[in-house]
Parts: sequence; C-alpha cells; structure tokens
Amino acid sequence: MAGFDCIRSASVVLRETNIDTDQIIPARFLSTTERKGLGQHAFNDWRWQADGTPNPGFAFNQPHNQGRGILLAGRNFGCGSSREHAPWALADLGLKAIVSSEIADIFRNNSLKNGLLPIVLDEADVQALMQRPDDELHIDIDACELRTPDGRVYPFPLDAFARTCLMQGVDEMGYLLARTPDIDTYEARHHAS
Amino acid sequence: MSSVESQPPRTLFDKLWDNHVVVPESDSAPAVLYVDLHLIHEVTSPQAFTELKARGLKPRRPDRTKATMDHSTPTLPAGADGKLAYSSAAAENQVDTLARNCAEYGIELFDMQSESRGIVHVIAPELGFTQPGMTIVCGDSHTSTHGAFGALAFGIGTSEVGHVLASQCLLQRKARTMAITVEGELAAGVGAKDVILHIIGVIGVNGGTGHVIEYRGSTIRAMDMEQRMTLCNMSIEAGARAGMVAPDEVTYQWLARAPRAPKGEAFTAARAQWAQLRSDEGARFDVEVAIDAADIRPTLTWGTHPGTAIAVDAPIPAANDAAAQKGLEYMQFKSGHALEGTPVDVVFVGSCTNGRLSDMREVAQVLDQRRVHPRVRMLVVPGSEQVKRQAEAEGIDAIIRAAGAEWREPGCSMCIAMNGDLVAPGQLAVSTSNRNFEGRQGPGSRTLLASPLSAAWAAVNGRVSDPRRIPMQTQEVA
Ligand code: SF4
Repeated sequence: MAGFDCIRSASVVLRETNIDTDQIIPARFLSTTERKGLGQHAFNDWRWQADGTPNPGFAFNQPHNQGRGILLAGRNFGCGSSREHAPWALADLGLKAIVSSEIADIFRNNSLKNGLLPIVLDEADVQALMQRPDDELHIDIDACELRTPDGRVYPFPLDAFARTCLMQGVDEMGYLLARTPDIDTYEARHHAS
Repeated sequence: MSSVESQPPRTLFDKLWDNHVVVPESDSAPAVLYVDLHLIHEVTSPQAFTELKARGLKPRRPDRTKATMDHSTPTLPAGADGKLAYSSAAAENQVDTLARNCAEYGIELFDMQSESRGIVHVIAPELGFTQPGMTIVCGDSHTSTHGAFGALAFGIGTSEVGHVLASQCLLQRKARTMAITVEGELAAGVGAKDVILHIIGVIGVNGGTGHVIEYRGSTIRAMDMEQRMTLCNMSIEAGARAGMVAPDEVTYQWLARAPRAPKGEAFTAARAQWAQLRSDEGARFDVEVAIDAADIRPTLTWGTHPGTAIAVDAPIPAANDAAAQKGLEYMQFKSGHALEGTPVDVVFVGSCTNGRLSDMREVAQVLDQRRVHPRVRMLVVPGSEQVKRQAEAEGIDAIIRAAGAEWREPGCSMCIAMNGDLVAPGQLAVSTSNRNFEGRQGPGSRTLLASPLSAAWAAVNGRVSDPRRIPMQTQEVA
C-alpha cells in the first residue's frame, strides 16, 4: 500500500447512528475468497432496490456525491462484526476517510490497515460539518488536522504508529516479522517445559 | 519467577496483558502481543492465506492454530448422493479453500466429517483448547466468548489473521478496563441471556467501546460455564474489546472433562497457575458498573441493535431520535406497546450465544408435550456435533421434532443467514442469537433477540410471551 499524507474532498453524509457492518456489507456477500470487488455491495440493502435498480434517495446514489472520498457518519459507525470486508468495500467504493463522533474498535483497526482513515471528532463538530457537505475538506494526516475552506481547523487523535503507517505505507506484517528475535526469546522463556 | 513486592494491585486483564507482552508499547508504537491460540474459519481466513503465500511465508505456529467450518455450511444432512447442499458455489469454494490451506500448512481442521466440528466458539471450549490465562484470537467478533474461562479473547480482522499466522503476534494498544458487578439471585425464568441483554440495555450498544469488561459478583459466580459463555459472548454487542470472568472451581471442573485440556500432573500444575488469575484486592478499573440481579426480567430487543433491550412486559420506549424512529419503522413497532403478545413467524434457537447443551435442554423442557404454534416455523440448530450427539442421547431431538420444530445439523445457520437458512422479508423472528441488525437474518428480516426459554415459549404460543409464566412440569422418569 502506497503512503499518502493528505485527503481533499467534499463529503457524503449518512446521519444514521450505529451503522453496523451488516449494513456496510451484508453477510451474503462474504462468500468470497478475494479482497477486491466488494464496492458494488457496499451498503447493498440501502443502495439497491429489490429489483436491482438504485434507490434514488440513498446518498451514495445521488449524482453530486459521486467520486467523494469522505464519509460523515452518525455516532458509533462500524459496530458489529470483525469482517474486514467492511473497510474493503468502503475503500473499493472510493472512500479515503470516515468522520464520526465514535467509531467501533475493530472496524477502526481494520480501516487503518486498508488506507481508510477513521477520524473521531466531537458530535457537535460532526454535526457542523454535516451542514456543509459540499465544502472541500482538507485532511492533513501529518498535522492530524481536518480543515474547512472557511478556515476552521479540527484536530483529531491519531495513534503515532497508525500515522506513520498511513504516511509511509508501512507494512505491519513486515514490522512484526522484524521482531522475530524478540518473539523467539518470548517463546523460549514462556514455553520451556 | 520475579518477585512482585512493590507491584500495585492489578486487574485480571493487566495480568493477562503483562504475561503476553513480547515488546512493550511506547508512544510511537503499539505493543507486540503474543497469541497462545488462534482459531480460524472459512469466511475470514482465505485472504490471509493468500497474503501469506504472496510473501512466500509459512504459519509460524500451525500447532497453535485450530480450524473449523461453520458459517457457510449447510444445516441439512447430505443428500442420497452424499453431497451437501451448499447455498452457492462460492460458499462451497470457501469451505474447500480452508481445507486446502489447512492441509498445505499442517493446521488441525475439524471438517465436515469430524465428530468435533461446530461453531468455532462452541468447539474450542468444548475440546479444552480454550484455557484460563491464554490470549485467544479469531477473525470473528464473538471470540469474546472464550473470556468466560479467564482468557483474554477478542476478534480481529483478516489482515490481523495474516499477522498472527506469520508471527503468532499482534500489534495492540492496551485497552481500558471496566468492571461490571452483578449481585443477587436471578428470578426463575431469567437466565444469562437476559442478564447480558439487560447489561447492554443499561450501558448502551457503545458503552464498552475501548474497554475490556470483567464480569464479577455473586450472580456471575453462581453461573455455570455455558451461562458465562453466553454472557461474555455478547460483550462485543456493547462495543467492548473483550469480556472475561476470573476462573474458579466451576471452570476447573469443565476443563477436567475437556479432552484436549492438560491431563494428570499437567492439569494439577496448570490449575495452580490458573488460581492466580483474578483481579487483586484494590485493583482499579477505569469504569465500574453495578447491576442488581433483582432488576433483571426476561429481556428482549425491540429495535435494530442489541442496545434496544427491554423487559418482556415493559413498553417500547418513545423514539427520541431519528435512529430510534428508523428502528421502530423497520421493526413495524409502536412506542408504548409491550413486546409481549406480538405475533411471531419464526423462532431460531442456536448460535455461539445459545447453541449449547443447556440451551437445547431448556428448549426441550418447554416443548415437551407441547406443539409449536401452527403459524411459527421453528429451527433448532445445535452449536456443534458434540452438542447434537449429547442432545440426541437425551432424546431432545425427538421432543423437538414431535413438537413440530426442525432439528438441524450444527452451524451458524440463521444467526448470520449465509448458508441459505433465512428469515423471509418482513417476517418477525425471535432468535437466541446475538444480532438484530437490519437484514441480519436475511433481507428485510426483523429480529427480536431473546433467551432460549423466551424463544421456545414464543414458539408454543405463536406470540412473544413471558417465560416466567411457563407452567412448571413435574420431572418425568424416562
Ligand atoms: S453463530 Fe453467529 S455470531 Fe456466532 S460465530 Fe456464527 S455467525 Fe458469528
């Protein structure tokens, strides 16, 4: 995964709270052995009508929202299952960042591993951003700041390691494997019988 | 071992964490945490193996990895041709892919022919792979179940499944701690499922986010292992990273019978270690919650997340925000009405929450000499081959069939509706599983989460019913 240090985009708004991973990608689309191609099923049951045509009222189907890379979502986004298919589907849909006042633990973890930045702001700030979804937001990963065109600056918390990984495209598996001597020592110490 | 003189009191979670740190965490990097037991299943592992292969790696400790197939597997027996009816070619391919990966790397697999196969969170405790003091992970959020044994057990994503395969380790930031203390005796007709639904109703569907919960108090101590598993299983539904109960005599007795737990002297030695696994007197938790068992009534959910839990005879609350309104509309319910009396189309008993032997027994007790209401389709799905065998040895399958319910082969089934076992659009299901999200049990399905007693009693009456009103039957001698 290549690193990146900034995101510039207008936003798509989903006001619903507690959007769970079964809404993000329903279980019937998990029978795949691939990571790719899940974007077409992202928010499947909200996005497509029973006859397979797009639901015109759903945010991601609206023409002005096409190509937008930031999702502003209601509180407790991504709760539910540990399926990494959820961030795979959202990244495949073209999203680069999710902004909410609370983002579920496992989903947040999974997102960071797939170049999808979870940003937690105060509820009032998320609400304020939702008022102006057409503004091009500027997310500066190095500074951990989200900036609006009218000059407001929202700092957000981001683990230092996660920040480095995103910016430099650090590969976590490689990082762990580089700790092999420590792992060997641990096993020798704890599993000697 | 090092001396522990001036060490401050530690929680059970602190002890488990300390014991598994390979490289401590710092400001710039998370800890490297060792994983004792890695469980895998067909849905969340294939992409991890692909990644491993692409890098020319092999699993570091295939001996610490155990595999089963449960999510995509059919719950109807094989046809006359010996073939299983998979819901799709993709589902069958997933199962085959797991078998190939396990064969290639020497990972023990409980496959469709195995007498020990079943839902991952049912079989690992049953076989005794799950032990106190361990770190246990699986690409599955209900891994929290194993915390019932005093293990640190949590769900991970598929990238992390790859990390554990490659290194037997994970990158982790230490979670915060939450103590939930439940004191007192539970009323008749109220069980572990009602306790955990009540707790989630109290702390909220995100009340545990960032925390590891330790369940404590006399009510928890009085629970058997299966009840403690039901409790810990749903910790994730409150957003918690994990849930745990300190091991005690009840835990040791379970493990003494489990085939793959330590035996003989090894068991005695392990037991002495396990006895250290409790929060020290005076240990500090970041959050403490007290629950009075007397406040817990049979509890179900009315909405589209597990935090919408209310007592069976309580009114559905007023919708005070857009989300609650949307939940009410989806469920076709009205504020102010009680759930009790609501007509039911489907009853599902099973899943890693309530698919164990004690759950099957409770259901059989209710269905014995009774009939499932003609309006209701009822599916009873044992959590494992062992649960199925034991239940059948006790005649439970006969009671369930005689009542007009379906007795199926083990698997996740209607809990996640990946294998073709579905609730039809618009139908209302009372389910002993753990998630009532929109469409969880099939597109358009509406789900009320409930205990096995509530589910079985609803099946008999064709309506949501209060299990405290189940007439007591005198024990019959077979
Ligand atoms: S029974 Fe349901 S919750 Fe449990 S592992 Fe299977 S799908 Fe997941």
